[in-house]
Amino acid sequence: MNVTIVDYQSGNISSVINSFTEVAKGKVSLEVTSDIKKIKSSDKIILPGQGSFKSCVDSLNNINGLVETLKDFAITNKKPLLGICVGLQMFADVGYEEAETKGLGWIPGKVSKIDNQNGKFKLPHIGWNEIEIQKESKIFKDIKDKSHMYFVHSYEFIPENKSVISAITNYSSKIVCSIERDNLFGTQFHPEKSGKIGLKIIDNFLKL
Amino acid sequence: MLKNRIIPCLDVKNGRVVKGINFVELKDAGDPVEQAKIYSDGGADEICFLDITASNENRDTIIDIVRKTAKECFVPLTVGGGVRTIQNITDLLLAGADKVSINTAAVKDVRFVLEASKKFGSQCIVVAIDAKKISDKKWEVFTHGGRNKTGIDAVEFAKQVETNGAGEILLTSMDRDGTKSGYDVELLKVITDSTNIPVIASGGVGTLDHLYDGIIKGGASAVLAASIFHYGEYKIKEAKEYLNSKNVSVRL
Repeated sequence: MNVTIVDYQSGNISSVINSFTEVAKGKVSLEVTSDIKKIKSSDKIILPGQGSFKSCVDSLNNINGLVETLKDFAITNKKPLLGICVGLQMFADVGYEEAETKGLGWIPGKVSKIDNQNGKFKLPHIGWNEIEIQKESKIFKDIKDKSHMYFVHSYEFIPENKSVISAITNYSSKIVCSIERDNLFGTQFHPEKSGKIGLKIIDNFLKL
Repeated sequence: MLKNRIIPCLDVKNGRVVKGINFVELKDAGDPVEQAKIYSDGGADEICFLDITASNENRDTIIDIVRKTAKECFVPLTVGGGVRTIQNITDLLLAGADKVSINTAAVKDVRFVLEASKKFGSQCIVVAIDAKKISDKKWEVFTHGGRNKTGIDAVEFAKQVETNGAGEILLTSMDRDGTKSGYDVELLKVITDSTNIPVIASGGVGTLDHLYDGIIKGGASAVLAASIFHYGEYKIKEAKEYLNSKNVSVRL
């Protein structure tokens, strides 16, 4: 099996590479690239994302043909894709970080700033929080409800259709922290930094 | 509910872990990669490396340590010490650090914080503020491990770094660092009340009650400690169980 971590020159993806390398060791061939040909021939894709919604979308658009290739892969051909943090957020129609920015539009919804109740909750939402699993999800196999995951974000994805939500977390309000729709997966938290439980989620994705 | 974080900090010099008593008398406490692994397996919420000699010695040692650690520890890793340029940050992040902490360079020119947070995202930019009490309810920012005074008010500076895109503040009391007499809770409280980003308390931990004070009385989102963990006085797990028994929410 060939798995690609999409490197589109946005943010720090070393931890994603390290954790997937650890889990994939000897089982899966892992490639870190933005090469369209290699992405097309992969079996699975990981779409990381750090920095702002706008900077990530801009970086994706900067690589000729990348957005179309990802869409063919995940939407037309329905092959497994996992978005992490802003990688997940970009599934939305629109994001409001820095400036109103069009997202990939794969899952109807928007990305807006967490309502921190006038400063009552500090932003970014940084640290370990419990996830509340909302529906059975393939990547949560053997993951207990209320497991702790590591978060770093100030913006949240609000999907129109709540049935895509696979987990939420509580910070000021119920924040969507994981989605699953058919072959499309996304986590707001960072499985790559969430210790052994995070590695298990990565393993679940690689075993799909 | 978001948990309060416990962060062991490893001061690194020439590739070895040391902890200074008031930054002067250094003791060797082992191999950083191995220690980081022990901490992350033992329940540390993050790991922090502080390269204490980075200002005047070559930085390749710390890059190498970060690279090795990041391959074995799957919790967030923050690296500070001698972070002065965008290239320094790029090198550390590429080696596998999740966040960098900026100290002197932020004091010299706060726009560096803005530049760094624009380029890499606020999530990986921590500003380390070393503060010393100068009079009643007044703290001043110091640099170079507490040797140089700057004349800058710590509270004002904390607000400035927030405005310039810092994701977190690592606040060290230079009066308490290495003394084991507890955090400067008064300083913590004034900084956590004046800012809206998470503050990590540092400097002075000697007992588990001090961790409690930092979170509950000082309002810190995370507590950082060095010597109480690496000389084996307490395990991370013991610290967490203690805090939990006092109704402080931690990840067990």
